[in-house]
Amino acid sequence: MNKSRIFSIAVGLSLIIIASLWYGQNNGLLPEAAATEAILYDNLFNSLLTIAAAIFLIVQTILIYSMIKFRRRAGDDTDGIPIHDNFLLEIIWTAVPTVLVIWVGIYSFDVYGVMQNGRPMSMGMGMPAMTHNHLGMEAAHADMMNQMDQMENSELNTAVASASEPLNIDVQGMQFAWIFSYPGTEIQTAELHVPIGREIKLNLSALDVIHAFWVPQFRLKQDTIPGMATSIQFTPNKLGEYPIVCAELCGSYHGGMRAQLFVDTPEDYEAWLVQEQEDLASSNSKNAIASTEILSQHQQLLAAQTQKMGISPETLKSLPRTMPN
Amino acid sequence: MTQVIAQAPRAESFEPDQNSPKSNWREYFSFSLDHKVIGIQYLVTTFFFYLIGGALASVIRAELATPDSDLVAPELYNGLFTIHGTVMIFLWIVPAVTGGFGNYLIPLMIGARDMAFPKLNAIAFWMIPPAGVLLISSFFYGPSSTGWTAYPPLSILTDQHVGQAVWIASIIILGTSSILGAVNFLVTILAMRMPGMGMFDMPLFCWSMLSTSGLVLIATPVLAGAMILLGFDLLAGTAFFNPTGGGNPVVYQHLFWFYSHPAVYVMILPVFGIISEILPVHSRKPIFGYKAIAYSSIIICVLGLVVWAHHMFTSGTPNWLRIFFMIATLLVAVPTGIKVFSWLATLWGGKLRLESPLLFAMGFISMFVVGGLSGVMLGSVPVDIHLHDTYFIVAHFHYVLFGGSVFGIYAGIYHWFPKMTGKMLNEFWGKVHFFLTFVGFNLCFLPMHLLGLQGMPRRVSQYDPQFASINVICTIGAFLLAISTFPFLFNAIFSWIKGEKATDNPWNGLTLEWTTSSPPIVENWHGDPVLTTGPYDYGMEYAHEADLLAEPSA
Repeated sequence: MNKSRIFSIAVGLSLIIIASLWYGQNNGLLPEAAATEAILYDNLFNSLLTIAAAIFLIVQTILIYSMIKFRRRAGDDTDGIPIHDNFLLEIIWTAVPTVLVIWVGIYSFDVYGVMQNGRPMSMGMGMPAMTHNHLGMEAAHADMMNQMDQMENSELNTAVASASEPLNIDVQGMQFAWIFSYPGTEIQTAELHVPIGREIKLNLSALDVIHAFWVPQFRLKQDTIPGMATSIQFTPNKLGEYPIVCAELCGSYHGGMRAQLFVDTPEDYEAWLVQEQEDLASSNSKNAIASTEILSQHQQLLAAQTQKMGISPETLKSLPRTMPN
Repeated sequence: MTQVIAQAPRAESFEPDQNSPKSNWREYFSFSLDHKVIGIQYLVTTFFFYLIGGALASVIRAELATPDSDLVAPELYNGLFTIHGTVMIFLWIVPAVTGGFGNYLIPLMIGARDMAFPKLNAIAFWMIPPAGVLLISSFFYGPSSTGWTAYPPLSILTDQHVGQAVWIASIIILGTSSILGAVNFLVTILAMRMPGMGMFDMPLFCWSMLSTSGLVLIATPVLAGAMILLGFDLLAGTAFFNPTGGGNPVVYQHLFWFYSHPAVYVMILPVFGIISEILPVHSRKPIFGYKAIAYSSIIICVLGLVVWAHHMFTSGTPNWLRIFFMIATLLVAVPTGIKVFSWLATLWGGKLRLESPLLFAMGFISMFVVGGLSGVMLGSVPVDIHLHDTYFIVAHFHYVLFGGSVFGIYAGIYHWFPKMTGKMLNEFWGKVHFFLTFVGFNLCFLPMHLLGLQGMPRRVSQYDPQFASINVICTIGAFLLAISTFPFLFNAIFSWIKGEKATDNPWNGLTLEWTTSSPPIVENWHGDPVLTTGPYDYGMEYAHEADLLAEPSA
């Protein structure tokens, strides 16, 4: 093995690593991140993508190089040189992936721990590695803090620091809609409003079949399972309107089971709450109005979808029977 | 190359056409006990179902060309992807790679006259056509529309009661067929090797079938159990999985994935074996790291049994379980990586015959690596939580099962077609087939990664219009992929009928199947097969020059 060969392999490998590092940071594959958890997620994803891109490029380069360099020339009926194994190479390609996947495991473990922040590890296994800190995690924390600093509203930062109790909202999935209830109030809506910078805990339940609550911009997803309580926690950090998508096949109109999530400023959120409560209070019977209000919101929501799909009004009428009172 | 001829057993003089199964085409439609006939029965039958599954996929992609649900009714759309998935898994890849290649090749490779239990073998095959017809016929009365996973309570509350029940019945029949096949392979490989052939003298395909059969035997009965309980819930009103009666739907998911994740390895391990056979022959080099590849199959088999809950990271699985299954899942990358790198080292410094078998085999490595890498990313719990049930998953498993398994099956067909039929396939149309398939496949499935990351869930017939343009690309790719099947289909039919005659050993292979006639006679050899060389002893005359990084031309 001559020096020029080692040199060209080294150059090739460096180019691949540089290309992978660049692609990992500039892939632009993910939608905008609108929660603190999403920033952690994106860092993890980008790291994994960097590793994947490097391995992908190495394998494809070897394949293409072999096709050109080692193709059989016309008239050559001889065999290649028989190499049965190479101990050093085999150790390298067993050890490197092992170290990489262990690193991926620990890093994922840490990110998962932070994403679960505030929620006790339900089976209480001790989880010594949860407190483990390493480079990837520190970088992620640093990014999160940067993001926080960039928020212009200084009150917000204090709000983040002080709000230890998450804001609880109940979410119920049903064929084919979401219903959001704000505990301590009578408010039930078909769209979800949350204040920015406050930790939110959604308590999820399902009425009929399994659904999955997914907000791509938060990188969070959780199945809602009939007969089993599940929950999800996040801290929205960007104002805006985001889609809530059902991600578990739940029947014919699964694709139409969508809702909107609004991240409001704390003031707007309070104003919205007050407005909703006033609407409720102006009615004679709270319960009746509450349920008819959701029903009408619901039917509006469904009508948009059903018109496209040509469902009969009878089908629609049968839906309210599944509504809670 | 010369040593091949020198080492081929010359003790017998072959009489190719005598008693050959092709002398009577009716045998292929009969309850034949010949493992070669059964193998071809499996391959042809499953390819027929593959065409049906592909036609369903074309309708699905046509529907998805626009964001609205406008081509088929939403209920029917759900039926289409349910039957598409079920057909492709249970009626195409699983029976083709185990029943098809396994039956045809295992006895030939280990120097046996037939499988251990020929009658059981024929019974296992003949369970497949009725189950397939039963499943497809459900389009006449409303097919199962709850996905190939059939999660309760949806599958219990479904409107398509009959379709769902028929679906359960055909899965149970197909699972039973698979179990019977696995018993047969296990006994054949362990007990019927020719005298003098130790476990480590077997071709690697036999090792992969050994691991696969172990997996099938352990995992498939669990699926059968889950299906029976689901059937009771559906038809008899029991509440094993129905929460309104106190059942737990998540238990079904555990039972289902306890089989269905290993099923992925059942679909890919035999293909790993096929690739390990094809690469040495067509690159004229010994397989690199024989024992590492053999053991890695066993390790994948063992790990494959303890990773199932990574399909359930968003299902309310307890955290410690998520962590355990994450680590186990990530570890599968290590033995898989060993295989991929060993294949690359096999190619390195070879004399690559870039014809259809090797093109598909290299295409396999190239595409499977993409699916493997996205699989490692999905193994990470936080990453999976965002990507679960999105188009990223659809892209991932098609890279594994189409880019992996189907490319490998095609490679195997191009490689063994001369042996099976005694005719050569047309090489020009083989190359056309490869390039159309490769381009169509990547055009169809590569953009799906982006769709999933950006927020498009799977199993929807209507989606956010922002995804419309990418979906059009996917649909064009899917149609190209559908078209790519035709060159192969016509090539296979015409070559079989009046193709160029194949010699006994057109590729100069060293495994035992190449030492008999093409197609092989009943009972495979006149006299006893002779083991004169290891399965991969290519280029032994250059043994003194062996150094992985030596200049190949030196």
